[in-house]
Amino acid sequence: MPQRMLAGLSVLVAILAAAPWWMPPWMLFIASGALAKGMAALGLMLLLRGGLVSFGHALYFGIGAYAAGLLVLSGITEFVVLAVLGTLATLVLALILGTFVSRYRGIFFGLLSMALSMVFYGLLIKLQSLGSSDGFNLGGIHLLSIPMQGTAGQVPTYLMTLVLSVLAAIGIDKFLRSRYGLLTKALRDNELRVEYLGQSVRQLVLLNYIIAAGLAGLAGVLSAVAVGHIGPEMAYWTTSGEFVFMVILGGLGHVAAAFIGAGVLSAVQAVAYAVAPNSWQFIVGASLLACIVFLPEGLWSLLKRVGRRA
Amino acid sequence: MSEAVAIFLDGSIYAAWLFLVAVGLTLVYGVMKIVNVAHGATYTVGAYAAVSLCGAWAAGGGNEWGIYLPLVLAAPVVGLILGPILERLFLRPLRDEEETVLMLVTYALFLILEDSVKFIWGVDPYFLSEPYLLPGGIDIFDLTYPVYNFGMLIAATVVGVGLAWFLSKSKSGRIVRAVIHDREVAMAMGANVDRIYLAVFSFGCALAALGGALTAPTVSVIPSMGVEVIVLAFAVVVIGGMGSIIGALLGALLVGFVRAMAVHLLPEAELFIIYLVMATVLLVRPSGLFAPAEARKI
Amino acid sequence: MTTALSTQGLCRSFGAVKGADNINVEFEAGTVVALIGTNGAGKTTFLNLVTGYLKPDSGSVFLGERNITGMEPRDITRLGVARSFQIPQLFDQLTVDENLEVAEIIARHASTASQTKELSRVRALALERFGLVPQRDQLAKTLPGGARKLLDIAMAVVSHPSVLVLDEPTSGVSAEEKESVVETVIELARGLNAMTLFVEHDMEVVAQYADRVLAFFEGRIIADGTAAEVLDSPEVRRLIVGTALGADGHA
Repeated sequence: MPQRMLAGLSVLVAILAAAPWWMPPWMLFIASGALAKGMAALGLMLLLRGGLVSFGHALYFGIGAYAAGLLVLSGITEFVVLAVLGTLATLVLALILGTFVSRYRGIFFGLLSMALSMVFYGLLIKLQSLGSSDGFNLGGIHLLSIPMQGTAGQVPTYLMTLVLSVLAAIGIDKFLRSRYGLLTKALRDNELRVEYLGQSVRQLVLLNYIIAAGLAGLAGVLSAVAVGHIGPEMAYWTTSGEFVFMVILGGLGHVAAAFIGAGVLSAVQAVAYAVAPNSWQFIVGASLLACIVFLPEGLWSLLKRVGRRA
Repeated sequence: MSEAVAIFLDGSIYAAWLFLVAVGLTLVYGVMKIVNVAHGATYTVGAYAAVSLCGAWAAGGGNEWGIYLPLVLAAPVVGLILGPILERLFLRPLRDEEETVLMLVTYALFLILEDSVKFIWGVDPYFLSEPYLLPGGIDIFDLTYPVYNFGMLIAATVVGVGLAWFLSKSKSGRIVRAVIHDREVAMAMGANVDRIYLAVFSFGCALAALGGALTAPTVSVIPSMGVEVIVLAFAVVVIGGMGSIIGALLGALLVGFVRAMAVHLLPEAELFIIYLVMATVLLVRPSGLFAPAEARKI
Repeated sequence: MTTALSTQGLCRSFGAVKGADNINVEFEAGTVVALIGTNGAGKTTFLNLVTGYLKPDSGSVFLGERNITGMEPRDITRLGVARSFQIPQLFDQLTVDENLEVAEIIARHASTASQTKELSRVRALALERFGLVPQRDQLAKTLPGGARKLLDIAMAVVSHPSVLVLDEPTSGVSAEEKESVVETVIELARGLNAMTLFVEHDMEVVAQYADRVLAFFEGRIIADGTAAEVLDSPEVRRLIVGTALGADGHA
């Protein structure tokens, strides 16, 4: 990685790590949410790099959140357990669904993933035991003896989310630089040749699909902890749309791009809610269009250009 | 027995509504190969346009029963205004992009339109109950059915038959079918694809608007009413086969009856069963039950 | 004299058209075999059948002693049958070097530890012999036609296959480049002792480089022998080549 890029990112991480000392609590809250969603977007970015657009990524986000929710309901409030089991649940489900879903491409893959997320949503909406459309609150979550909810828990939760996000970013970055990353790139380019060189395309797709799902699941757990509430909207198609938008906004160029996309979108949403609550969708939609037309490689490409000139 | 009748009637009425809502979506996909998410927003605009037009009619002292005229007119009005704007300004310049990119573009347009509705009509809900209440209700067994709903059934039939006739018997219809089948060959034979796309897209918008307009009297008209509808429309279109009108009909019937059965027999399943069928069809027969579209698998 | 590849009673129809009509043939290891015939005669169908792209209606394909009939292309590749394509199938958004690296990564998966060192050597050899070294950091999509062809073949060669299947290796290559492309490829193939099967329309190329020629017609092999024997055969002349070899020697 070029020196300047590494330096820039390190500075960014340092600033984010110092956030509890300079961000007001409401901003810290948004930042936690943005980081968690960025992790989900990171997973989606991996899929996109392999040439697959999912319009149902929120399925795994919701599964992670509700897995954590169910555990809390049954009395388990230790964060490590929630995170591990929540992520595991998504990985297992992704393995099962992925074996079927990995055969599809293009718009069919997109719609199939959307359908699956809506199946989950439809289930959640009707289940009275889980609060149906209202969802339910999660309380009392802690990491060992450190609280992760309420006012005392805000900082620990934020820092945990940041740490896990950075680790996820580093992990996926390593993955993309490994042979799997190159194979994924090749996959997007010419599947036929990959198959004829002796590599099962389906296996590759499944691998990426499972990793992407796991990231979304962990993100769901983190989101549930940070917000203290889960609801079916976490699995709704508009949430999937948000993740897609984050990836488009950030670009596919680097693992940090997913988080930048998430950060920018969250910031825009926060500002728009406050300033023009009935226009934020307009702003998001217009930005998405602008991105597709003028900045198809996302903000990351812009940052690279700026960095090179500086 | 009355339960079976209830399921049959509920299913038919819901299927009619689904068909009205979904047919424009499948037509646009069939001809232009675009998955138009904005269809859900055009539906919403249609509902609001109906509210305005019917409101103006009533305020202008129009005949009570004549209110169905502005109700239906909302469709072509929206189609002729919104259709060309969206197609020319946004879709034509990006025509060569991938399917998934175009779908994202239509998603962006959906968001923009949803808030545009708020700018024009505000955020408070509207009610347009006169057309719904006017014909009264009819008693079947021990349940009362609003006559209006049967009117929707008739409307769906008219639209379906009209479209089918247009595509198979009329000259323009046959050109449109040629484009659905193979755009390049149609172009080589002299079809003006630009104009056809504009016309078909506008027509698709009008159909979406019609769906919204006819739904308006039965619900509270709010800016977000299209959000749930668009995914339902996707389900119907996918199940029946993307691009196929008959498919939209079959999909609507299947979803309509499955949902009616769920509502009466297993209410918890009402929503997810539709998407379960959608997912199953995609997995087992990706081209749908009746399709001209091809599945891409490896 | 080991048999690298053989088929028994191989049949495949497309509706009423017989793409392969009871093909029985054995190929010796290390030989270079040309397949000739007019378009639609069954040459490409035969290639597709032995590489797994098509499944036969009946009959079998053997790689050495092993029955590979009906296997998936990727499994057949892993067993040592590599193919190149009529229209080069490259990773356009990757550099030349990356294209070969992908091939090597995948080939490494299917090979033993001792073989992996070989792969790097073969890859470097192919890169050098095919004259791709100066373009190694260029994106594949920027390559000219002949180089694209060579890269396509190089990717197939990297896995050090025992059978190399080339689908029209000189089509799309300019007349000046043709001979050097074929010469380079066949020299490398011989160096790797790979049994090479190639479809070719240029009879001069066939005459110069093939150890053995198979002439196809309507899904059947109508002649099988050395280049001289086959190209002189009256039936081949009548059906494929034409009554006299023209100045350009094309079928």
